[in-house]
Amino acid sequence: MKQKILRSILAMTGALAMIIAAPAQAWEPKKPVEFIIMAGTGGGADQIARLLQGLIEKKGLSPRPFIPINKPGGSGAEALRYLQDKAGDDHVVMMTLNSFYTTPIIQPDLGVDPTGFTPIGLMAMDTFLLWVHTDRNDITDLDSYVKAVKSTGKSWKVGGTGSGQEDSVLTAMMEAEFGYNVTYIPFPGGGTVAKNLIGKQIDSTVNNPSEQMAFYQAGSSKPLVQFTGERMAAFPDVPTAKELGIGIEYYMQRSVNGPPGMSAGAAEFYRNLFQELFDSKEWQDFCTSDGLTCDTMIAGSDLGDFHATQYVAHEKLIEQVGASAITGE
Amino acid sequence: MSTRTAELLASIALIVFSLGLMWTVHTDGLKIGWVPERGPGSGVWPFWLSLGMALTSLWTLVRWFRRTTPESRNEAPYIESDRFGLVAISFIALTAMIFLVAIVGTYISIALFLGFYMRFVGKHSWPMTSATVLGAVISIYFLFEWQLSKYLPKGLPMFEDGFLWLDNFRWEYFM
Amino acid sequence: MFEIADLLAAGLIQSFEPLNFAMILAGCMAGLFIGAMPGLGSVNGVAILLPVTFLVPPTAAIIFLAALYYGAMYGGAISSITLGIPGASTAVATVFDGRPMAQKGKANQAMMAAAIASFIGGTISIILFTLFAPPLAEVALKFGPQEEFALMILAFATFIGLGGDDIPKTIFSILLGLVMAAVGFDIISGKPRLIFFDMVEFQRGIGFLVLAIGIYGIGEMLWTLEQTGGKIKFDRVSATWAELKKHLGEIKKYLPTTSLSSVLGFFVGTLPAAGATPASLMAYGLAKTFSKDPDSFGKGNISGVAAPEAANNAASTGSMLPMITLGIPGSPTTAILLGGMIIWGLRPGPLLFANNPDFVWGLIGSMYVANFVTVALNLALIPLFVRVLAMPFTILTPIIFILCFVGVFATTDRMFDVWLMLVLGLGGYLLRKLNYPVAPAVLAIVLGPLAERSMRQSLIGSQGDVTTFISISEHPISLGCIVIAVVLMLYPVWSNYRRKIANKTAF
Repeated sequence: MKQKILRSILAMTGALAMIIAAPAQAWEPKKPVEFIIMAGTGGGADQIARLLQGLIEKKGLSPRPFIPINKPGGSGAEALRYLQDKAGDDHVVMMTLNSFYTTPIIQPDLGVDPTGFTPIGLMAMDTFLLWVHTDRNDITDLDSYVKAVKSTGKSWKVGGTGSGQEDSVLTAMMEAEFGYNVTYIPFPGGGTVAKNLIGKQIDSTVNNPSEQMAFYQAGSSKPLVQFTGERMAAFPDVPTAKELGIGIEYYMQRSVNGPPGMSAGAAEFYRNLFQELFDSKEWQDFCTSDGLTCDTMIAGSDLGDFHATQYVAHEKLIEQVGASAITGE
Repeated sequence: MSTRTAELLASIALIVFSLGLMWTVHTDGLKIGWVPERGPGSGVWPFWLSLGMALTSLWTLVRWFRRTTPESRNEAPYIESDRFGLVAISFIALTAMIFLVAIVGTYISIALFLGFYMRFVGKHSWPMTSATVLGAVISIYFLFEWQLSKYLPKGLPMFEDGFLWLDNFRWEYFM
Repeated sequence: MFEIADLLAAGLIQSFEPLNFAMILAGCMAGLFIGAMPGLGSVNGVAILLPVTFLVPPTAAIIFLAALYYGAMYGGAISSITLGIPGASTAVATVFDGRPMAQKGKANQAMMAAAIASFIGGTISIILFTLFAPPLAEVALKFGPQEEFALMILAFATFIGLGGDDIPKTIFSILLGLVMAAVGFDIISGKPRLIFFDMVEFQRGIGFLVLAIGIYGIGEMLWTLEQTGGKIKFDRVSATWAELKKHLGEIKKYLPTTSLSSVLGFFVGTLPAAGATPASLMAYGLAKTFSKDPDSFGKGNISGVAAPEAANNAASTGSMLPMITLGIPGSPTTAILLGGMIIWGLRPGPLLFANNPDFVWGLIGSMYVANFVTVALNLALIPLFVRVLAMPFTILTPIIFILCFVGVFATTDRMFDVWLMLVLGLGGYLLRKLNYPVAPAVLAIVLGPLAERSMRQSLIGSQGDVTTFISISEHPISLGCIVIAVVLMLYPVWSNYRRKIANKTAF
């Protein structure tokens, strides 16, 4: 009897599934897509994800909406575990940043391998610049900066978004390169860091351009050096570290990835969708105004290779500067 | 159990709980001392405040022995049996509802909980009960799923498929 | 000065354009309803309705969201009073006296007081916003970690005496909240702390809302069920024009407190990291401390409803200031508004006033209008909201439980928090029965992270030198806050002493 009922329920759900299934065409989402953000509200990743979600809605690119969900716990640890546990789910994608690599390295107990995720598309490379307040007339370039830091010593305050975050890695790299020691003070979010620089609570920062842009345009802060391969269009007069003979080049990747084992059809759907967004005027305009690098979208298996290289590079980096230099204890 | 006994047990349990927190901070390897030139370490806040919790619970324990608190003089039962039934059944039904969400999904589990509570605890009539259940389910769907685009848990795949089949009408005809 | 008047007039005209005015109406209405739901506050409403605003131009969009923000601040009081569950952290303090008033059958009076106090708070803060926007932006910029920490100390000082009579249990509750706030990732050291049972979910920490809904939604409801046996039925209350007129006569009772709270709320709201929650709590604490009859607070004093409501509305306006002028959100809600503005192609920051005056002054103009619309809607709808109280317990209880569950899930997107809410609710109920006050724990979990972080940031910056908080040359604002905090902490002691002297002379 029980079996009979069970069987008829199964038959019914099977019939339902057939009704729902689109006539064997390209894969499309059948329910709202969870758009996981591995950081809190208000930060760079969050702004980008919400911009993309808005564009998807505005352009009608998906039959079901994308729902942005922030999972900020543990520098992205929570989001990574969530995505890992969602293996095989076609209705979830994640907006990532560099904690995509660093968090699994610093927290090996997490049991997450980011290279196992389904790569979809690299939307942008965010860049870093070294900023000081405009009132620091004694600092005009990198040399005078290093001199000022060395003469101040340990009481030189660098603001950042948290130990183990990208800017703390970059700060540690600079300490190793120039042979000085600074005090790294964590704040919640890049916007707060920028504000504290303008309020002179801290002496320098390594903000993304988008975080400092308003202050830069108002003439309150000035960039000294950019950690990119080539000078950005937004900052034509600021030298790159490489031009000055310093071997530091560091980016923040902003890519979209799916859980491990996403079906090929779904991965293709998301790839096409994000490609279309990437090529849109709105996105390209946003990249230009916010100093993001968005030349071509690295997608699919190319992105997988990119992740693998970056993962290894970050492993080396963390080993080099030492986890304690990043966490500060 | 009298209220007096309950306060004794609670303060002992809270002391143990506080010590447990301190132990957790310690075994996690967090610094509970002053880090030179950096101020308090990462374990200072939870460790010493937990110690404070333990001490205030100890204080309550002392007051219990001296019968200073009103609870320590109260020999009435901690839980009055005739009213306890209502509290217990409410809590158990709520727990069951949350548990069922993972299996049958939000809507069915809400309907079962509300139906059970109104019909068997509240002794409301069937028409009243079904109208409220229907109203609650529809308004939650309309507000959260539709207006606020939240995807509430849908339970096992077969229940989710059923929901998606119904939900499809919204996309076909209204969006 | 004349320039401001001109710009303001243009802004007001703008807000009466049909589309913008429709947005104000829709926003206020949506905000009132979302705010009135337990667990759903302005953050949820603004976050979830943000995508809707892409259909209209930016000015209309921000007007809609600001009206919604506003409406939700009014609405939060509705669930605090009629259900005894704060709609959002900003309405926690409204429960303290709003709930007792409702239990005495004075729900309609409490609601009117909340609406009118909100209106006064809104009006005063908008005027302040208009006049002081540029200079205040400068002050907010000078706020570093030292000042933030001093402000937290000030906030804690105003809570003193907020709990019950049992001092050790009150302190325990505060400490428990502070320790719970430490669960999760420590941003200073980047280390996970208090990850119970190694569950990765704890890395996010224990959300304020989960604790608040657990305690106020589940625990309180169980407690009420036990106290009443589920039998009690509230009398049907109605709010008529006649009653409103009568109530208007009572306004002078709480007008001084309300005006003071509005100014306080606005200034606290403008500070980054502070926002409406500490503002409303500080206002409540101040109202109690300086009241002629402090013992009646917590038992249904009308000023105890008016003060926090005025302050949280004023602070919500105030927190828009750093967002607009600096691009720094003063509260979670303004953080989401900020995200919205970027999507609309605006860059909040020092240049917004110069580059997009239409947008800024349209927003300011709409705030004046939205304030009138919301108070009118709110007063008109009081009978509807109060009807919630007249429902039998066996319908109200399961519906509140359902709203708690859906509210927590909709906010945090995980069942883990729903289970956590259940456990915390049960714990809260059991402790509540032993006279452990629960409100201090909820306040502490909100302010704990801010207090700890700003303290450690300051000490790292000063190389471990504790005197940094009271250095008159470097941190005069911090010193000022700490002095006021000490005075506030000593005030009850002093007034107690004075009362004793007075008693001696009397006998």
